[in-house]
Amino acid sequence: MNQIFDIYLSGVGGQGIGLLSEVILRAADHAGLPARGVDTHGLAQRGGTVESHVRLGPNTYSPLIRKNTAQLAISLELHEGLRAMNEYLKDGGTLVYYNTNWQPLPVRLRKAQSPSNGEIENEGNRRGIKVFSVFEDKIPDTRMQNIALLAQIAKEKLIPQIEKEHYLMAMKDLMPESMFNKNKELFEHLV
Amino acid sequence: MKQLARILNQEDAFSEIMMGNSAIVRAMIEANTKVVTSYPGSPTPEIASTIAGIKPEDRPFYFEFSTNEKVATEVAAGASVNGHLSTVFFKSVGLNVAADSFVQLGLFNLQGGMVIVLGDDPGANSSQNEQDNRHICRMSYIPILEPSNPQEVYEMYLAAAKLSQKLMMPVVLRLSTHVCHAKEKVNFSSWKKESYDWKPKFDPKTFGPYIPITSIALQLKERALKRFEEAQAILEESPFHKVLDNKNLERGIITMGLPFYSLMDALQESQAHPDILSLATPYPLPRKKIIEFLKKHKEVKVFEELDPIVEQEIKVIAFEEGIQVKIIGKTDLTDWTGEYTADKIQQVLHKTWPDLLPLLEKQERPIAVANRPAQMCPGCGHRSAFHAIKNALTDEDITVADIGCHTLGFMEPYNMGQILMSMGASPAIASGLALGNKSRRVVAFIGDSTFFHAGIPSTTNALFNKHNITLILMENGTTAMTGHQDHPGVGKNFNEETAAISPKDVLRGLGVEPIVIDAYQQAKITQAILDGKDKEGLQVIIATHPCMLKFTREAKKKDNYTLRQVSTNPEKCQGKTESFEKFACPAFHFNSQGHFSINTDLCIGDGSCIQTAPKGAINPPKAVTKN
Repeated sequence: MNQIFDIYLSGVGGQGIGLLSEVILRAADHAGLPARGVDTHGLAQRGGTVESHVRLGPNTYSPLIRKNTAQLAISLELHEGLRAMNEYLKDGGTLVYYNTNWQPLPVRLRKAQSPSNGEIENEGNRRGIKVFSVFEDKIPDTRMQNIALLAQIAKEKLIPQIEKEHYLMAMKDLMPESMFNKNKELFEHLV
Repeated sequence: MKQLARILNQEDAFSEIMMGNSAIVRAMIEANTKVVTSYPGSPTPEIASTIAGIKPEDRPFYFEFSTNEKVATEVAAGASVNGHLSTVFFKSVGLNVAADSFVQLGLFNLQGGMVIVLGDDPGANSSQNEQDNRHICRMSYIPILEPSNPQEVYEMYLAAAKLSQKLMMPVVLRLSTHVCHAKEKVNFSSWKKESYDWKPKFDPKTFGPYIPITSIALQLKERALKRFEEAQAILEESPFHKVLDNKNLERGIITMGLPFYSLMDALQESQAHPDILSLATPYPLPRKKIIEFLKKHKEVKVFEELDPIVEQEIKVIAFEEGIQVKIIGKTDLTDWTGEYTADKIQQVLHKTWPDLLPLLEKQERPIAVANRPAQMCPGCGHRSAFHAIKNALTDEDITVADIGCHTLGFMEPYNMGQILMSMGASPAIASGLALGNKSRRVVAFIGDSTFFHAGIPSTTNALFNKHNITLILMENGTTAMTGHQDHPGVGKNFNEETAAISPKDVLRGLGVEPIVIDAYQQAKITQAILDGKDKEGLQVIIATHPCMLKFTREAKKKDNYTLRQVSTNPEKCQGKTESFEKFACPAFHFNSQGHFSINTDLCIGDGSCIQTAPKGAINPPKAVTKN
């Protein structure tokens, strides 16, 4: 990898964004790519928007990605997918989001509306962004939705030079055995 | 699974992807730090989570969460004057709490050495301000080392410990949020586990005096200043200062910390390359290096996050040395605020040298997304209590917030909490609001961890001076917002079981009989508040319910866990959205049929919502099987 590959991840506090970004960071390391990143901690984790930044390749300095420059945005939720695209994704990049709707407060107070999948798709088209919407209704645990996204990323090879086995090695590094087995099963089923 | 604890404790050198808050723990181990203390606060609590991963019997040092930052500082200082290398860590505003003792540290011979780790928060990511703690270090003559990434966090902690031990003086390691949480591969050295002699070495005759009163205070100040000069001479030669010599005789940039890396990112787009000097120590400054750098350039821009402390000192140096150079610091007030990310730096840089980088333009984004602020979790006892409290108050009444998850009650639709200052401040602010006030009731909120941290003095004052306030202690049995650390009311400390000190008993000891009500019993809470309307003096209601995030997480780990969830009854809900909007549980979902249903990813089946909805609208929780 001669160029920087920036990945912006987002979701709602409690969805497991930290684990997903750590898997990608470690998978990149297993693939021999220089990698750095940073997660949101603290207050925002209480049901607010949480984000992780992962930066791959040479010549990255700060762990933070610049606005409108990420090649790939990964979101665990519908609103956060659109927000990630609006704020961090470059024109011509790729968005992968999990198609679940956790309504933010203004929507529940009926002061704002949720975007539709079509609107996200159209906005993607306008900016030359490839959009993948992922949903698996047979996921045994909400907390495994992140692995469904990871499987899509692996399947479509959305991160250059990171292969399926690198993701599995990273998952093995980070998960206790029983959790790893469950997640591996789901991952391999979907890839 | 890779066990971080085992990795951190190994004797061999190794490399591992790690965040700054974990890398520092290896440095503590290698430096032979013996006592570490803290009070939880973002961005530093993951240092403690990393320590927690190491079993107490394998842990090469003692660690405790103290009741507040001042206490933590004092415990660490006591250990240091007894000959043990110690460390205290806490968040930015924690230094305000610790300040009374922190400012004294420089006066003492800290014979074991002491490193104070500050987690500053430029951008106020999770704090009530973005204060620049370098000011407080300067008034205390305490040197600051400032790393810019996890590798430097590790290396500079070791350097800080060494300096502190050599000069027997306190040294600050100043981290910022995205240095604490940055993750990268860090290279660690080997370490040899050795037995340690805990013999107390406190010896005022040799290392004192330790009583800084009368003329001794002035002698000790002179010694502190002299020692600071010695530190300055050592730090001038620090290998952590970085110079990027691009042979640019016109333009130079002086910066430090993470903004150095942000600057490097920003300049990747630029054709021109100014020389850069990145400082590892904002205080004391490496004077000779700065003089040399100033002399080489016609214009020098200072990139400094938060306040222009280094900028002003550099201007003084240039003046004293008679150097002909244009020094450009902050140009307007926006330069004083926010984190210096690459985007921010580009905007700031453009104002100085417009030819270097273009102004970032706002991108067209036709579809707006609703904000998603942090909020109380599904099942949170605070939501239930706030809902009940609101029902007992009028729009004219005044509500005072404090620090904790319950601070979030200030948001819509609850609007409970109209003023917030600092930890433990609510009973006292409320007291002031109640003075001479005969018409508007004053209600203050405080959490249990905060009550122990700084709430006892303000509550005691309300009793002592007979202030007419209602205090609601929002008890959830943990320090929730920073990641569920135990506090004195829990019954265990970081290391072992301990007698629980219940807030209720403390209040009784003070002479006030609190009314204790489960936070889900909304009618009772409302009534208790109404009953107290015309009573004089301090009234305390304890709205208690375990933190449901912690409770549910623990329950899910058990084999016999069954998920239970409520559901809505569409016929009873149709056209009745008001109550759902008023309670606003995150598990409520406004659906395409025009009424509220339940988000099955989020509902934990607590049922605290049922009483807030029209009768029959929400069905009681039932076991659900997902698969």
